[in-house]
Amino acid sequence: MFRAAVLSVLLVCAALPGRAQTADAPIQRLLQENAEAILKSSRKTIGPAIDALAASGLPAAQSVLDRWQSKQMWVDETSGLFVFAEEIDRDTLKIFDIADGSEIGDVADDGYRQLKPNSGIRAMIGAALVQFQLNDPNPRTRLRALNAIERDAEESHLAALRATIEREADPGLRARKERLERLLTIRFGESDAERIAAIESFSGDFGSDLRATLNPLLQTSIEAAETEPEGDEVKRLLKPGSEALPREAAYQILVDGGLAKPRISRGDKRNALIANIEDGAVAGIRVATLDSEDARDRAYAALAETGVVQPVATEAQVDETLDRFVFHERYVGAPAAVALAAQDALDAIEFRVGMMQSADLLLDAISLASIYFLAAIGLAITFGVMRVINMAHGEFIMMGAYTGYVVQQLIPSYTVSILVALPIAFAVTFAAGVAMERLVIRWLYHRPLETLLATFGISVALQQLAKNIFGTQARPLTAPDWLDGSLVFNDVVAISYIRIAIFVLAMIFLGLFLFVMNRTRLGLEVRAVTQNPRMAGSMGINPDRINMLTFGFGSGIAGIAGVAIGLYAKVTSEMGQDYIVQSFMTVVVGGVGNIFGALLGASLVGSLQKGIEWFNPSNTLAAQTYMILFIILFIQFRPRGIIALKGRAVET
Amino acid sequence: MADTAFAAPPRRPLVLRQPSILVFLACLALFTLAVTLLADGSGTGAISTSFVKTLGKTLCLCLVALAMDLVWGYCGILSLGHMAFFGIGGYAVGMWLMYARTRLIVVESLANAPLPPTPEEISDGIATQIFGVVGASEFPPVWIFAHSLTLQLLAVVLVPGLLALVFGWLAFRSRVTGVYLSILTQAMTLALSLYLFQNDSGLRGNNGLSGLQNLPGLGEVPQSAISLWFFWASAFALGLGYVLCAWVVSGKFGSVIRGIRDDEARVRFLGYSVEAFKLFVFTLTAIIAGIAGALYYPQAGIINPAEIAPIASIYLAVWVAIGGRGRLYGAVIGAALVSLLSTWFTGGQAPDLVLGPVRIQWVDWWTILLGLSFVGVTLFAPKGIGGLVDLVTERRSPSRHGADLGPDHGSLREREAQE
Amino acid sequence: MPQLLEVSGVSVSFDGFKAINNLSFSIGEAELRAVIGPNGAGKTTFMDIITGKTRPDSGTITWGEPPRSLRGLSESRIAQEGVGRKFQRPTVFEDQSVADNLLMALKKDRGPLAVLMFRPSQADRDRVAELAEEIGLTATLGRKAGELSHGQKQWLEIGMLLAQEPRLLLVDEPAAGMTPAEREHTTDLLKEAAKTRAVVVVEHDMEFVRRLECRVTVLHEGSVLAEGSIDHVTKDEQVIEVYLGR
Repeated sequence: MFRAAVLSVLLVCAALPGRAQTADAPIQRLLQENAEAILKSSRKTIGPAIDALAASGLPAAQSVLDRWQSKQMWVDETSGLFVFAEEIDRDTLKIFDIADGSEIGDVADDGYRQLKPNSGIRAMIGAALVQFQLNDPNPRTRLRALNAIERDAEESHLAALRATIEREADPGLRARKERLERLLTIRFGESDAERIAAIESFSGDFGSDLRATLNPLLQTSIEAAETEPEGDEVKRLLKPGSEALPREAAYQILVDGGLAKPRISRGDKRNALIANIEDGAVAGIRVATLDSEDARDRAYAALAETGVVQPVATEAQVDETLDRFVFHERYVGAPAAVALAAQDALDAIEFRVGMMQSADLLLDAISLASIYFLAAIGLAITFGVMRVINMAHGEFIMMGAYTGYVVQQLIPSYTVSILVALPIAFAVTFAAGVAMERLVIRWLYHRPLETLLATFGISVALQQLAKNIFGTQARPLTAPDWLDGSLVFNDVVAISYIRIAIFVLAMIFLGLFLFVMNRTRLGLEVRAVTQNPRMAGSMGINPDRINMLTFGFGSGIAGIAGVAIGLYAKVTSEMGQDYIVQSFMTVVVGGVGNIFGALLGASLVGSLQKGIEWFNPSNTLAAQTYMILFIILFIQFRPRGIIALKGRAVET
Repeated sequence: MADTAFAAPPRRPLVLRQPSILVFLACLALFTLAVTLLADGSGTGAISTSFVKTLGKTLCLCLVALAMDLVWGYCGILSLGHMAFFGIGGYAVGMWLMYARTRLIVVESLANAPLPPTPEEISDGIATQIFGVVGASEFPPVWIFAHSLTLQLLAVVLVPGLLALVFGWLAFRSRVTGVYLSILTQAMTLALSLYLFQNDSGLRGNNGLSGLQNLPGLGEVPQSAISLWFFWASAFALGLGYVLCAWVVSGKFGSVIRGIRDDEARVRFLGYSVEAFKLFVFTLTAIIAGIAGALYYPQAGIINPAEIAPIASIYLAVWVAIGGRGRLYGAVIGAALVSLLSTWFTGGQAPDLVLGPVRIQWVDWWTILLGLSFVGVTLFAPKGIGGLVDLVTERRSPSRHGADLGPDHGSLREREAQE
Repeated sequence: MPQLLEVSGVSVSFDGFKAINNLSFSIGEAELRAVIGPNGAGKTTFMDIITGKTRPDSGTITWGEPPRSLRGLSESRIAQEGVGRKFQRPTVFEDQSVADNLLMALKKDRGPLAVLMFRPSQADRDRVAELAEEIGLTATLGRKAGELSHGQKQWLEIGMLLAQEPRLLLVDEPAAGMTPAEREHTTDLLKEAAKTRAVVVVEHDMEFVRRLECRVTVLHEGSVLAEGSIDHVTKDEQVIEVYLGR
């Protein structure tokens, strides 16, 4: 009894749809008008139907296109009405009204037919849909649609895009749409003139999207012909054996075109010969004699004559064949006129991008220079002012970096920990420097080579000590959030905030150094002791104290440099070694005994390294190698550095 | 009267003028004999093959230390590049060893092929074997002579020699001296090792050359015998090098280069071209270093760019300083002692030092000890271990008001004392 | 008389300071000359220029017969040409014996290979002994130079200069730090040396110069102020004003 009731309800439900549907909704009527084309589902005839839907302006048109495209539109075969449907299981459908998307109910799928648009039609629907998305009242949807087109544009998008520009109210989006329209015109424009005009409209622009659009137009292919080809689409003639067209590649083109006999690789030749060994001989030639490529060629030729293997070209034949053909490069990405226009545009862009890259390179160089300067400034003090070689300077940098790391373990806030780490690093390395000066260096004044060796001993010991304490693993020194990210000027020119911070730090230290040396009593005494310790001593200056303080000051700055360097490089026990040679180079190149010398030296070393890297970006090792070679040569011409002391001062 | 006061009677043989030569040669001969008798290869087996190799390598290090002493202790040039020359010598001979041995392997593997191999197949096979590790399969141009032992042995001498000649000419010509020169040589060494670290340097990047302990064509000979051969060769080279260096420093040439060390300008005003002398010593010692390297690396079995890094050259200076610079036996003692101690400590053989709750593992702490002892030697015993000899022979130096005979400012020191 | 050395119109400046200003000077084959001047007159720089240690900014330096330019030659080349120099403070090789010091200075081929192969002949040893006698160091030939007294080092250096057999000898304040007896000896030696070669003595001490009995060149602010006999220059108004008057 109950079961019968359920069944009858179901039956009622099954009968319901036809009635419940609003057969006279405007969208349904529109579909019915085009029902023939829609049901026929042929790419040739469907156009007007989609256009009608797209142009109808009906609110439901978009969802109809959407469902249609995703094969969720069905047709009631009895009434001929269209519905949306989801397959619940093999036999049951849940159907919805196409006008407002309201659920109608579950039905058996007998009597309904699914519309299955093929891929061509789906693309056409997609293009129509894009137009809807581009016209969507929600600007976010419009933006998403634009992004999607930029990522993966199709020819059909062009018309859709053009149709929506006029109605775009948001000025920002409108500008983007217009730009995209021109880009799409370059790619898909109907006439060459239209495309060239679009290319020229970008004059002065160098966006990466434009470059990405233009580049495929310049695609070329290399072809061979017996006579010299003519026409605009011929980009240039190529000689086989040149860098652009190696001999093998040229011949392969002929082989691929069926214009020449194939060549055979050594391995294949060998295998063919081996396959045809009979009674210790190949084609009558004894195997034992086949110990040179020439002998194997002859044997293979003999084999080919018997017809066992395909004849192949010998090297001489290859040469002869190559001589008969003219190779040329032909534009295939676009008609010649468009390609040439694109080439011109790209050349202009290239130039501007080159300028931008130079600017970017300059920023890179400046930031590298400030790192070197920071690493070298302490050295400039100890080496330049006191003439003391401190090979452990790199280890002071490392100590500063590890101090920063330890402070970060204790203080969770990155901002606070960095601010605390800077003075602590200074204090730690200042103390280490003073201790070293007291215990070692002061016994070795006037013996620079021995100072070099003794401080080297300290450097080795400190390195191993750090390894014993912190392990060989690299420790992170994390920059606070506000130093993350980059200052972006445009597509090409950008600089990270950490590097800016390091630059600022370097400038602060330059200022600090100048202030201390030129404006304070300490600086005066330091200069006095540097120039004439005996005289300074007789004036009541204690040279011991001054030397100690100077050395401590130089070491302290190394500690702070360590924190700064640790922020963008890994903290390891060996990090000091990475900077020590460059730092010495900086001081030596710049000229000893002058802070501006160190500044110039750092600029030179930094920009040189970046400059060389620019020529060969993949290889920093090579860049460093060449930089050092350059510096060795530089020393030839300015043995005393850029800013050289002259005269009697040099002798002492 | 004058003749009796004048130190050198006519044509006295070198060994009499330098008595340390005889002592040294005798010690070296005794040592060689002892090792030969005790070695695994001769049957007694009291000394393992690997220790014979260690001793042989130590002799090579002594040889390069001699070169370092000549250039630094006598001529005052603190070169931080001589281990680079040492490494170049090793690379030069290693290229032949690796090529020839790989060739044998390739030829053998192709011998069973149905067709007799062609030269091209062999060459390709070798190249793939050697350079597969850096993703290349063709011989880089620097390998052009690798097939010939003679040419590669020539390279052992010529490449370090030419490099030293060019570099030295550039550096000395522009009067780069003292610490500047040290830093410049260090830069050269760094540049060379960075270059070799690249995969496209043609010398297998950071993989270096390996399998050098196997002599091509001598697969039958056990390593215990080969290790002895190299030990003898190293001992012979060291003896020869010692005599050569002693001869160089004994006569007027020795006077001039020590003069250059102590007061370069004065030598110049005597009419000697300081640059030419420095260049001569720099190049000669680079060649000695190259030969030492060529003997060392077949015993070590592997060479890679890390061996050339500046730190190696600095350690060389450390050995010489600890042994005592300005005296040839000092360099030998320093190199032998420190390198053997390093091997012992870093090899994990040294027992841990227990200081109450603290347990000092020498593998970790040896480097620190070495670094600090080096500081100590520089500060308190500038003459190094060799200074002990002075105590014994009571060969007292002139009064220097407590200062040493450092290569920096030997005679300047006297001036300062007067002021 | 042909001049051995002719310096004309030479100037040199360090960081804008003109150490030598348009200086001209000449000396004959066998002549003794004293150069005097107050501190900072450019005496040492003048010697630096002749010996090639300092390169002049302008001017010519011609030497010998036929005359050739010394400008641009290295110190060692100039020394080989026959210019010997004695420094103010004695600079000898303290780590080496007196004999070695003298042997090194002997006039021989200075090339590295020649030096390497060099073995002293009997004649060389005789010459060393002879020089040692001349400078009174015969007894100390086998000792290290560093063990000598200050005066002995001065002598050794003079001996080394003589061993070089220079045609021109530049001597910077030879009498400094010497006892009166040693001074007398030095005067004799310089006079003796000037019989066979040119000798330029740079001196501060007027009495010592007077005893040399030679022409005197007075330098002031990098150029020649006066030249002539000691009596002549001591009467010169300008010289009195800048030098002797105080």
